[in-house]
Amino acid sequence: MKITTKLWIGLGVLIVLSPLGLLLPEHFKAGAAWGEWGVDEIKELAGYVPKGLEKLSRLWNAPIPDYAFKGWEEKGLSHLSFAYIISAIVGLALTCIVALLIGKMLARKGE
Amino acid sequence: MHIPDGYLGPATSGFFYVVMLPIWTVAAKVVKKTLKAKQVPLLAIGAAFSFVIMMFNVPIPGGSTGHAVGGVLVAILLGPWAACIAITVALVVQALLFGDGGITAIGANCFNMAFVLPFIGYYLYKALSHNAPLDSNRRVLAAGVAGYIGINVAALLAGVELGLQPFLHHTADGQALYCPYGLQVAVPAMAGEHLLIFGWVEAVVTALVIKFLQKQAPELLTEGRG
Repeated sequence: MKITTKLWIGLGVLIVLSPLGLLLPEHFKAGAAWGEWGVDEIKELAGYVPKGLEKLSRLWNAPIPDYAFKGWEEKGLSHLSFAYIISAIVGLALTCIVALLIGKMLARKGE
Repeated sequence: MHIPDGYLGPATSGFFYVVMLPIWTVAAKVVKKTLKAKQVPLLAIGAAFSFVIMMFNVPIPGGSTGHAVGGVLVAILLGPWAACIAITVALVVQALLFGDGGITAIGANCFNMAFVLPFIGYYLYKALSHNAPLDSNRRVLAAGVAGYIGINVAALLAGVELGLQPFLHHTADGQALYCPYGLQVAVPAMAGEHLLIFGWVEAVVTALVIKFLQKQAPELLTEGRG
């Protein structure tokens, strides 16, 4: 088997395992990464919401915010895990396509 | 380490976009000269690996989370400039599609994770594995150390960038406008958690994949040879 085939399979395994990145923090009651809190968390931590932060934090509405589907916030961990896997598939596919296009554009032909 | 929108003031965000533009330009030029057509799939695999490994949040029980970036590994396999492009793609997808890292912070996040991290890691790996046979354990160790140091320097930089904000932007009565924590909080937090936990994750991931490739495809390890 070609090594690239093995590596693609490896990526597939990582996609399937990706919900660990959601479930382990949940299990160990770990919160957001340092400096990546939402506005509500900031208010709790710092006692106020910095004005510029409040404004800029609403700048972009990501289609799949935090690797979860909009409106699924209250659903259980199994739903969130499912959304996480779908996010991994979509994100990985898009990353691959863009990197392939850039690579094709730049790479030396015929070698 | 994905700085969100609102944590950096406009001066810092703009500064890092300006810094990254020539870096991306040089990366494109270098990759154009060095990347072979048959390496293109590996570039995509590298970008995809970096994307997905960053989804594996590792918890500090009762505290925060963090993750590996996989960038040193990509640099070892394809060189630091190609790694810069691969990680940039992953970071832009994360920001646009998933709101992981801010749009305004793409410059800063790319500087930390797509530039400093792979370059430090790559040259450290090269220095530590100098002349070592492709199948040697020294290469595995060198990859681990390079991963550990690379992600820690990137995390330290993110801490400095965040920690400078209250100093750069605040209201007359001293309230921060952007990241509310200064250097004395941000730097120990970012550096500490990466030195203690997340740096080791990057080290283990990098070393394990290099070990696997030594057995399966040693020809992929010739880029960082020297």
